[in-house]
Amino acid sequence: MPSIAKPVARHPSLERNSLGLTIRDYEGSMSTLCAGCGHDSITAAIVRTLWEISMPPHRLVKMSGIGCSSKTPAYFVYGAHGFNSAHGRMPTITTGAIAANRELTYIGVSGDGDSLSIGIGHMCHAIRRNVKMVYLIENNGVYGLTKGQFSASADVGSKSKRGEANRMLPIDPVMLGLSIGATFVARSFSGDKEQLVPILKAAFAHRGMALVDVISPCVTFNDHSGSTKSYLYTRKHEARATETDFVPPATEILASISTNGVTSVTMHDGSVVRFRSLPAGYDPTDRQKVMSYLQERQSSGEIVTGLLFADETVADLHEANNTCDAPLNDLPYEKLCPGAETLNWLQDEFR
Amino acid sequence: MKPTDVKNPDYYHKVVDCQWACPAHTNVPEYIRLIAQGEYTGAYMLNRESNVFPAILGRTCDRPCEPACRRERIDAKPVAICRLKRAAADLRGEIAHLMPKIPAKKNDKRVACIGAGPASLTVANDLMPLGYEVTIFEKLDEPGGLMRSNIPSFRLPERVLSEEIELILNMGVDARFNTPVESMKELLASGFDAVFVGSGAPRGKELNLPGRAGTERIHIGIDWLGSIAFGHTTSVGERVLIIGVGNTAMDCCRSSRRLGGKDIKVMARRPREFFKASAWELEDAEEEQVEILINYAPKSFKVENGVVKGMEFDQLVWDAGAKNSQTVGTVFLPADDVILAIGQENAFPWIERDLGIDFDKWDTPIVDPTTYQSTRPGVFFGGDAAFGPKNIIWAVEHGHQAAISIHNYCHGNSVTDRPPFGMNLVSQKMGISEWSYGNDYAPVTRQKMTHVDLKERFDKLTIEVELGFTSDQIAKEVARCLNCDVETHFTAKRCIECDACIDVCPVQCLTITRNGEEEDLRTRLSAPAVNLTQSLYVSEDLPQTGRIMAKDEDVCVHCGLCAERCPTAAWDMQKFELLISYAGEEACANQHTAA
Ligand SMILES: Cc1cc2nc3c(=O)[nH]c(=O)nc-3n(C[C@H](O)[C@H](O)[C@H](O)COP(=O)(O)OP(=O)(O)OC[C@H]3O[C@@H](n4cnc5c(N)ncnc54)[C@H](O)[C@@H]3O)c2cc1C
Ligand SMILES: Cc1ncc(C[n+]2csc(CCOP(=O)(O)OP(=O)(O)O)c2C)c(N)n1
Ligand code: SF4
Ligand code: SF4
Ligand code: SF4
Ligand SMILES: [Mg+2]
Repeated sequence: MPSIAKPVARHPSLERNSLGLTIRDYEGSMSTLCAGCGHDSITAAIVRTLWEISMPPHRLVKMSGIGCSSKTPAYFVYGAHGFNSAHGRMPTITTGAIAANRELTYIGVSGDGDSLSIGIGHMCHAIRRNVKMVYLIENNGVYGLTKGQFSASADVGSKSKRGEANRMLPIDPVMLGLSIGATFVARSFSGDKEQLVPILKAAFAHRGMALVDVISPCVTFNDHSGSTKSYLYTRKHEARATETDFVPPATEILASISTNGVTSVTMHDGSVVRFRSLPAGYDPTDRQKVMSYLQERQSSGEIVTGLLFADETVADLHEANNTCDAPLNDLPYEKLCPGAETLNWLQDEFR
Repeated sequence: MKPTDVKNPDYYHKVVDCQWACPAHTNVPEYIRLIAQGEYTGAYMLNRESNVFPAILGRTCDRPCEPACRRERIDAKPVAICRLKRAAADLRGEIAHLMPKIPAKKNDKRVACIGAGPASLTVANDLMPLGYEVTIFEKLDEPGGLMRSNIPSFRLPERVLSEEIELILNMGVDARFNTPVESMKELLASGFDAVFVGSGAPRGKELNLPGRAGTERIHIGIDWLGSIAFGHTTSVGERVLIIGVGNTAMDCCRSSRRLGGKDIKVMARRPREFFKASAWELEDAEEEQVEILINYAPKSFKVENGVVKGMEFDQLVWDAGAKNSQTVGTVFLPADDVILAIGQENAFPWIERDLGIDFDKWDTPIVDPTTYQSTRPGVFFGGDAAFGPKNIIWAVEHGHQAAISIHNYCHGNSVTDRPPFGMNLVSQKMGISEWSYGNDYAPVTRQKMTHVDLKERFDKLTIEVELGFTSDQIAKEVARCLNCDVETHFTAKRCIECDACIDVCPVQCLTITRNGEEEDLRTRLSAPAVNLTQSLYVSEDLPQTGRIMAKDEDVCVHCGLCAERCPTAAWDMQKFELLISYAGEEACANQHTAA
């Protein structure tokens, strides 16, 4: 726990976004995580992203479960809404919140334990429903908060701090997501904001759920030499498969950008993701090819990063269920709760 | 860029902007912390070590430290460094037992100082504890130089001035008042081992325009202030014109206000941004309803039968940089007294020109800017006498340097043999997230000095206008200091490049990036490093990626968060202490931590 709150002193040349806010207006309270935790770096990337896309703080909802990673929504955007749910239930509660109010912007921050162990069923169904949210997994291969037990993402052979090796096969959220129909899948590294920030911008622009797995070293329990989720190991094995630029939906900018020889995906809100470099034959919109590419590269020990897959053609939860356009709190009471007579009529329908 | 060499005392010294800017390199942040702890006596003595006259300077210093202060770059106004110095002096306790001991047994070296201004007094202050016998020859009947004769007592009370001068004279200085040196030749013949010329720049500039002659009501500013100080002048006419807008002009107009002047005009040739007087002096004068008129060039005096009637001025219009002007008209302004405050110069009619003391074509002595020795070995100059009018703190620094030279000279060592700066660097870590200095940032604004009520302050010439800070103001003002001497000290081999320090820094000082040339690097940082007067720290290559840690020192608030959030203690907060050498001591001998 730092001795002081972050000084209010600001850099004199601090820029403002289109809302007139500086990046410091997107901060939260001081982090209570261990000094050097990857999660804090991801927080900083989220802060930068939200500032750059000029997110109005009061239109953002921060959701999380339990874990060090799940504590982080407290550390960004003071002015946002938030809910810290039971362990593993972040996707479920978020689904409910989104069902009730489709007009807000949702980011769920979870951990490998929260999402791949106790919450894996909840996560899978939120993916299936294509709930429109940014789903961020801060992946450190351990249960940090409970002192470093292996999590479901720990690699075979990766050693704990005390020296025993993990023997169970890992669950890779990227492959899992792709296999059950995720419509936006990316992987990044907490130590690489240059890559992470554009990915997050694209994630916020996506039509449905954007699943972002971020390797985030646990500096206290999983940053030693036998670990496969340490800073050093990740740096040595990271392979950037794709390099992307995010171009916001501003027509003048779009018109001036040549699309010759560049793969680009137009996002739901009109922004464009440009893939600057792709491996030969790689098509970020072809699920099968992406999966086989990843399988091949990962079996040779590489940690493939980048925006790996995006499909803007799939309807999200609301579109698929043909729900009403307005958030529920905008509906008049009589409409939201039409009374006993209507209920009776409805029940009769099912008899 | 090459990795920064932080073992060179200059690097961290430069980060302490105030200390670096102070001619005497006063350890400002340390004395401010001492004040914060209520250690006023300690704060006073620390000041005294380098600037010798804390109570005087706490009221009058030109304070080059303040425009340099880092706080100004993030919070509009610098720390009130100068007035905190006064607070230490006002609140200090007994110091007699802390003063340097004067050896009973002398070292048989006799030094003559000419003039009893701050320069000579500093030489005496430094040499007396080493056993020298110092004789000061002073033309006037009291010591202090311009501090007594020209700085008005409403800015610097006589009691304050005398007290600090006594501290030096009481070391056993042989002070001979009413004793002008009229021949350097004679003085040199009288057996002193070394001579220090601290006679100031006593000649006020004249303005020879039509109508100048035949009156006693056109005064040379510094002489006029002197005659007020010594009680010879006690009144002035109602309408006063002051010519010039430097420090002297400010003291002249404010003095006029106290001697009966009602309609006082300060006449400036150029627009306000080119004034020599500091912003705070102008403010103080204008508070006293003195009018400052710009773009007027004196043209002629009008004097009838010895009585001043007024002056004629050309009205000027300047181009953008105020280099060239055009006259657009003339005006006549009536006056009863005119005071000329357009500069002063040094003058040495009493130094014979065949002594080996060379003068340049402007008739000013040739003085070495490091050793302060003239072209005649054993004769040294300092203060305004050396390079023309400066200020008290420069006179003090010249005095320190000249004392080192004199000490070398008297012991047969080369005067160019200057003792180097030393440094100490000590970690401030007390525990996890715990430091031995107050690292929190206090969002308080600069405290405003309260002044004696406008009605009361003119009752007597000697009423000190500034009341000093209240204890509440002191507490607030000390909290504004950013502890720039507690340095962010980096050990590259420990860094795992987790970015924690970069993310937490409130003012975007830090960047991990690939190395490059400074010009390029300055554009590739978390925030562009546009202030070229501030250093860029560059580490050795980082172990994991070979990139470098860069720090723009410009607006670091020394909050220590980078060090708190660093998992490997690659960053640490370490207190830098500059070790300054004075005559007879090698500062490096006190260096207890290898940096
Ligand atoms: C009006 C005015 C206001 C000022 N206000 C400030 C201020 O607020 N803050 C600041 O820092 N500086 C101020 N200064 C400047 C400052 O006073 C001088 O820079 C400083 O006093 C110089 O010190 P010194 O020791 O070189 O000489 P001085 O202070 O000039 O002392 C020289 C002494 O030598 C004596 N002397 C001269 N010739 C002989 C001789 N032949 N024999 C014996 N004695 C001799 C003189 O009588 C004098 O006492 C001001 C100057 C003026 C004119
Ligand atoms: C229902 C329930 N079961 C178990 C726990 C104990 N628990 C707290 S955090 C945690 C694991 C968190 O791991 P992860 O999501 O990876 O977060 P990290 O701390 O590693 O960021 C567990 C098992 C709990 N809080 N609630
Ligand atoms: S235990 Fe690990 S995951 Fe939790 S805050 Fe510390 S470093 Fe981060
Ligand atoms: S001490 Fe560290 S964190 Fe604080 S302002 Fe300076 S560089 Fe930034
Ligand atoms: S916090 Fe420490 S280890 Fe992390 S990047 Fe900064 S200096 Fe390096
Ligand atoms: Mg985890």
